[in-house]
Amino acid sequence: MTLDLSLPTTHDDSQAPGKTSKWLAVVPMAFLSMTVAIPLIIIFVYSFLARPSLGAGVVWKFDPTHYVKIFIQDRLDGTRSFDTRYLKVIWNSFLYSGITTIATLVLAIPVALWIATRDPRKRVLLVFLVTLPFWTSILIRTYAITELLDEKGVLGKIATAVGYNGHFQILYTPTATILGLIYTFLPFMILPIYSSAERFDFRFAEAGYDLGARKMTVLFRIVLPQIAPGVMAGVALVFIPGLGSFLQPDMLGGGKTNMIANVVANNYGQARNWPFGSALSVLLCVITLIATLMLSVAARKRKASRS
Amino acid sequence: MKFFTPKVGMAIALAAAVSLGLSACSSSSSTTSASSSTEFPTAKGGELNLYNWTNYIDPAQLKAFTAETGIKVNLDTFDSNETLLAKLQAGATGYDVIVPSDYMVAQMVTLGLLEKVDVASFPNGKNIDPNFMDVYWDKGRQYTAPYMYGTTGIGVNMKDPIASKITSWKDFFAAAKGTSVDVLKDQTEVVSAALRATGVAAADLCTEDKSKYAAAQKLLDTFKPKVINSDGGIERMVKESSMVRMAWNGSVHRMTVDNPNIKYVFPSEGLNFWADNLAIAKGAKNLDNAKIFINWMLDPKQGAVATNFTGYANAVLGSGPFMDEAIKNDPAINTTPENAKLATPTPNCSTAARDLYTEVFTSWTSSQ
Repeated sequence: MTLDLSLPTTHDDSQAPGKTSKWLAVVPMAFLSMTVAIPLIIIFVYSFLARPSLGAGVVWKFDPTHYVKIFIQDRLDGTRSFDTRYLKVIWNSFLYSGITTIATLVLAIPVALWIATRDPRKRVLLVFLVTLPFWTSILIRTYAITELLDEKGVLGKIATAVGYNGHFQILYTPTATILGLIYTFLPFMILPIYSSAERFDFRFAEAGYDLGARKMTVLFRIVLPQIAPGVMAGVALVFIPGLGSFLQPDMLGGGKTNMIANVVANNYGQARNWPFGSALSVLLCVITLIATLMLSVAARKRKASRS
Repeated sequence: MKFFTPKVGMAIALAAAVSLGLSACSSSSSTTSASSSTEFPTAKGGELNLYNWTNYIDPAQLKAFTAETGIKVNLDTFDSNETLLAKLQAGATGYDVIVPSDYMVAQMVTLGLLEKVDVASFPNGKNIDPNFMDVYWDKGRQYTAPYMYGTTGIGVNMKDPIASKITSWKDFFAAAKGTSVDVLKDQTEVVSAALRATGVAAADLCTEDKSKYAAAQKLLDTFKPKVINSDGGIERMVKESSMVRMAWNGSVHRMTVDNPNIKYVFPSEGLNFWADNLAIAKGAKNLDNAKIFINWMLDPKQGAVATNFTGYANAVLGSGPFMDEAIKNDPAINTTPENAKLATPTPNCSTAARDLYTEVFTSWTSSQ
């Protein structure tokens, strides 16, 4: 698998055939900086400001102590100690998002390959079916899942009907949170892998079989390396947004399996501590960035060692 | 805050048996025409810009106001106190009457965002329930008139042997060991209930004494609810997925409608109430019309119309006879005076005390 983060080689011949003026990029770039860069800068700045004595918000006074408070807890008995609570929440976020990424990957590869090997008219229909969940709000769909998993809901009734007498409890457990995440992110894994697989020339696979390769060998040596860009895109589209999930732990986990977004939301809401919520967000950004960089370095090394 | 979100159709415990009893003397007070005060303005038409919570006033009631006074009402809506504050602080001038909750009134008075109009001296000012006269956010009702209010207590299913015995917050926290308990995802409610359960008086709920919070945290360490969530609680209680829930009285009324086994408990240590208020924004262009509107809303009949629409209680004396039977006959609604006394305003603490709430709540949620 490779992850190539380098930009395509740029040429300064903007008037060459098939190229358009670079000025066309001005509006999208302005929009992106407005909606991506500026909010991030605001969060970064807020994380170093003090809190007002009344209500929420920030006051323009430098205060770096929020970062200290992530790691050091002033206990109610007056002692100070190393604080594992936020680290545990961050760990939860990585764990749940990681499990989700692996599970969606395992589910998505066969689905994507299967769709890609149908005839073109069927493919259109199948891709349309994959995107069908987007027609309804994620909130509504998550409510539907609570109805499905509830012990008094569909699955609970089936369990009772087939003679299960024990306590049927999936909803409001970490399992429910992860199931919800897998459900939510599955299309984001299928679609990029499919778009890679669709371009894959399956005659290569046939050639592999002709030369005596087994099924698994063809899959791992021929197919997967070809669809790797799609897999990497899928992993990025699932893992990184997965870290910031709010709804699934809140609704399906019964509020008991906090991920980092839930803690940030509480700090921006009830706790009225915007700088601390911002500091937690910045920390999450930094950790995500480091993880992404490590992944890409590993991918490049592997690419280099192969070639 | 979800807690302050008005929910349409929610009926509520009306507390104040007072307001049901003393109707004869005040129900005759009329709207603007019978103004006893010479200074009080009379309606001369024009406009009124009302900025209210979503779905929090009956459109028919506004039409009736226009029909009676000739004043046209323009309604705009918001979804949280913070949204309202942000608009006003950003310099929005288009609003005359606004509807902030208790703690937000206190904040807006401090920030100088409200007109001081002495609501108590309005012709219908005498209809304000005495229990709502000297509230912390507006002593003597200088700035605001009461609108709707509600409490946060305990919904219990009487079929469950443990749930049916709950009479206090102490019982509530202990019940999670034997039955399914839901709790609001609300740090103020959870921590203040734990403080009450460990013996802290209502007046001390904003204490900065860490040992009090340590005791509350010790109690919460043993409290493992089934769900920590502010949404979907009505459905879970109705279908008996959960047998106990920390809940707003309005939501318990709705549970009762679909499942008569459910009952609202006023915990013996006391419980929090929130209250929304009609206020006039500083520099309101239609000041006289705003006064006329607030006075009109303090008429017992109008208080009842508001309750019938929102499902929440009002603090207008004499509104009882005009209320829908369904709301009046709910056992949670005919609150005894003893129960009404248990309710105290939701604590609006200093930043230092609020941080202690956050500390306890964070430790608790991360230990689940």
